[in-house]
Amino acid sequence: MAVPALRLRNISKRFGTVQAARGVDLDVMPGTVHGIIGENGAGKSTLASIIFGLHTPDSGTIEIDGAPVNNLRPVDAIGHGIGMVHQHFMLVPGFSALENIVLGLEAGFRLGPGLARARVRLAGVCREHGLDIDPDATVDDLPVGVRQRVEILKALYRGARILLLDEPTGALAPHETEQLLTLLDRMRASGATVVLITHKLHEIMTVCDRVSVMRSGQLVAERDVKDTSADELATLMVGHDLPADGEEKAAVKVRTVLEVSGLGVRDAGGVRLTDVSFSLRAGEILGLAGVSGNGQSELLEVLAGMRPVSAGNVSVGGRRIDHAHPASPAEMRSLGVSHVPEDRQRQGLVLPFDIRENAVLGRLERCGPGTLVRPAVLQARAETMIGDFDIRPPVADRPAGVLSGGNQQKVVVARETAENPPILLLGQPTRGVDIATIALIHSRIIELRNRGCALLLVSADLDEIFALSDRIVTLCSGRLAGPLETRSADRSVVGMMMAGLGGGATA
Amino acid sequence: MTPLPRWIDIGLLPAINLLLALVTAGIVVVLIGENPFRVLRVLISGAFSAETLGYTLYYATNMLFTGLAAAVAFQARLFSIGAEGQATLGGLGVGLTCLLLDPTLPPVLVVAIACLAAPVFGAAWVLVPGVLQAWRGSHVVITTIMFNFLASGLMVWLLSGPLKEPGRGSPQTRRFAEDAALPYLHDLLGSIGIARSPLNVSIVIALLAAAGVWVLVWRTRFGYALRALGHSREAARYAGIPIRRMIVVTLLISGALAGGMALNEILGVQHKLILNFSAGYGFTGIAVALMGRNHPAGICAASLLFGALFQGGAELNFEFETITTDLVLVIQGLIILFSGALAGMFTPWMTRLVLARAVRDG
Repeated sequence: MAVPALRLRNISKRFGTVQAARGVDLDVMPGTVHGIIGENGAGKSTLASIIFGLHTPDSGTIEIDGAPVNNLRPVDAIGHGIGMVHQHFMLVPGFSALENIVLGLEAGFRLGPGLARARVRLAGVCREHGLDIDPDATVDDLPVGVRQRVEILKALYRGARILLLDEPTGALAPHETEQLLTLLDRMRASGATVVLITHKLHEIMTVCDRVSVMRSGQLVAERDVKDTSADELATLMVGHDLPADGEEKAAVKVRTVLEVSGLGVRDAGGVRLTDVSFSLRAGEILGLAGVSGNGQSELLEVLAGMRPVSAGNVSVGGRRIDHAHPASPAEMRSLGVSHVPEDRQRQGLVLPFDIRENAVLGRLERCGPGTLVRPAVLQARAETMIGDFDIRPPVADRPAGVLSGGNQQKVVVARETAENPPILLLGQPTRGVDIATIALIHSRIIELRNRGCALLLVSADLDEIFALSDRIVTLCSGRLAGPLETRSADRSVVGMMMAGLGGGATA
Repeated sequence: MTPLPRWIDIGLLPAINLLLALVTAGIVVVLIGENPFRVLRVLISGAFSAETLGYTLYYATNMLFTGLAAAVAFQARLFSIGAEGQATLGGLGVGLTCLLLDPTLPPVLVVAIACLAAPVFGAAWVLVPGVLQAWRGSHVVITTIMFNFLASGLMVWLLSGPLKEPGRGSPQTRRFAEDAALPYLHDLLGSIGIARSPLNVSIVIALLAAAGVWVLVWRTRFGYALRALGHSREAARYAGIPIRRMIVVTLLISGALAGGMALNEILGVQHKLILNFSAGYGFTGIAVALMGRNHPAGICAASLLFGALFQGGAELNFEFETITTDLVLVIQGLIILFSGALAGMFTPWMTRLVLARAVRDG
């Protein structure tokens, strides 16, 4: 049997009271794509950081190509041929792709000759792995998927034979995800070893040869992908059976509660939305699909009162919001519009605030009269939220910043749905969130819909859009297409609409 | 990153910083040939004896006002360093009130109006930097520095011209009416026999202001919005906090607190308007706020420490021939450096230590 490219034996690591990895044994065979799947907080990223030398394990050994390595630091890991692509890109925005790839390996005081040599070598690396990239493009101008390719090239250029990818598709559009998976397939063909860390079953099933399932810091199962199924992996990840998703859809949806007509938004960055019209009805989920950056964020912000309208208007609860009559976030909330923002860490939460304080973000004026803040009221709210959404750890005075991504999102969703709002805006409600939390959030969304809430669901995840929505619209370059009834909608049609090709016109 | 237990963050870490500052200052003292322990003894007895405690508290009062001023702005992540100019203007408010009204109104009323004028003038002086920051993004660091210079220039002009006491050679106003002043504590509490000192009723005002700042920042909606804005502008926008108005109002409150310093100096002690009475307290207030972790309780403690340094440092100057005023400044500077500017120096190290202990203890 071949020597594993990477072998971990009995790796353990704890942070404070959290055991992030517990006796992990892992063999990654050369020339394979090995998936590590698990919920958020299962210890996947910790494991990747240990392999790359960012964290030192408390115990256990690491072997690379059969040779044990000790006291691994990132610089050693690179020397051993390990490359890591982080979830958040580490690129210098104003630099070209080539400059970013060479960064730290400039070879000499004068930049020119080194860059010229690097250009030649980079072309070779690209050829070897079947990657195509314009070395002179500035990275700001590149789409997210291409930026990620630059990150991968950075690792390959440094001689990586074992590539660690930590949640690489978190920020990618569906077609970019497919391109990445194809690329990984090609890299495997050219002999590279890939460790793919993800919580998306689809990616595992598509590209991996073998998969390890992590739960609570332990590897609980390992399977050949050809011998397993997405259902089995999901059950293994969570440790128990999942509730069936996407139950029967309610039918009452006649009353329009929010009407957008001819909406246009311009700002210093240019035109964001052009002539957008749609209506949102009580008891329905309207799915808004689209590659991010096509106006979804701006639309959410307009409806949440965070951004002024340039043209057209929004009608809600008898109030007409237009350029001359702007609305504030407070007014929109009083009109019954709740908002789960796209970026929970920057917008939805004040990370240093504890759960009590975050429980009333944007809603302080509803917590009793007067200007004084009542700690008891905040405490009670936080405890209700913690109970309803199983927020862990269940401690109200913990800063939101120390919670896992899934639990942070639970805080936001709990706060925004606590008062059973008549209208709920959802921006990427399950991005970067573990499966159990996704199931919880989805069931809450459906419960609200069945109670007559009107929901606008913005998601880059087409599966989520199709699973939950009653009707689907898309945005491409600030223009709306649709709506389509989900029952009669076809993925490829929605994909074409997202790309701005053709548009459904059934209302 | 795991947050440190509060007692470490607000107790142990400042103590370590202070100790390190004292050790470093001790080395300086050894280098000039004095015994550091004797110097420390003189410093402490010079600051906390029955005769000198009043002076220490009087200095601390100034730093309490300017420290609170800095802390309120810092909580909203506005690095205002204009307390110096705002305090100067607070003095102008007190001076104009007394000069204009003391011939006609009863002294009690004059003092009451002056107590309002000081914060109002201090706040007014930060209005323009605040509006520029809020609506035009002009950085408040730059504009408040500029306004410090403007304040100082304005006072030179006023005190050498329009407000100067006629027939006098020095740049100052006439004395205010006899009773138009905040009473000294040694007069009020003479019956229990405390020593004469410049300490006056404004320390009570300063302590009330500290309590007020605590309630404002931690127990009101305004304070919630202020802290949310300081931690995350985007989250504040999401929450619908009126960011521009918050910036201006926060700076006005900061300016009002800085203006309060004039109550101690002008209405409490000088009883006339003079040049440069703010004497760098506005800047020391920044170090006080940093050391006090922007918390009123911490600022009270830090003010006391800095007050003790000012007073005890002056005593050193009397006691030791080799220790000149410049060297006292060096020692004070070291403490400011370690406790203020380097306040976060040991935080990562301490965090690791705490984590390691937590691991060992399970």
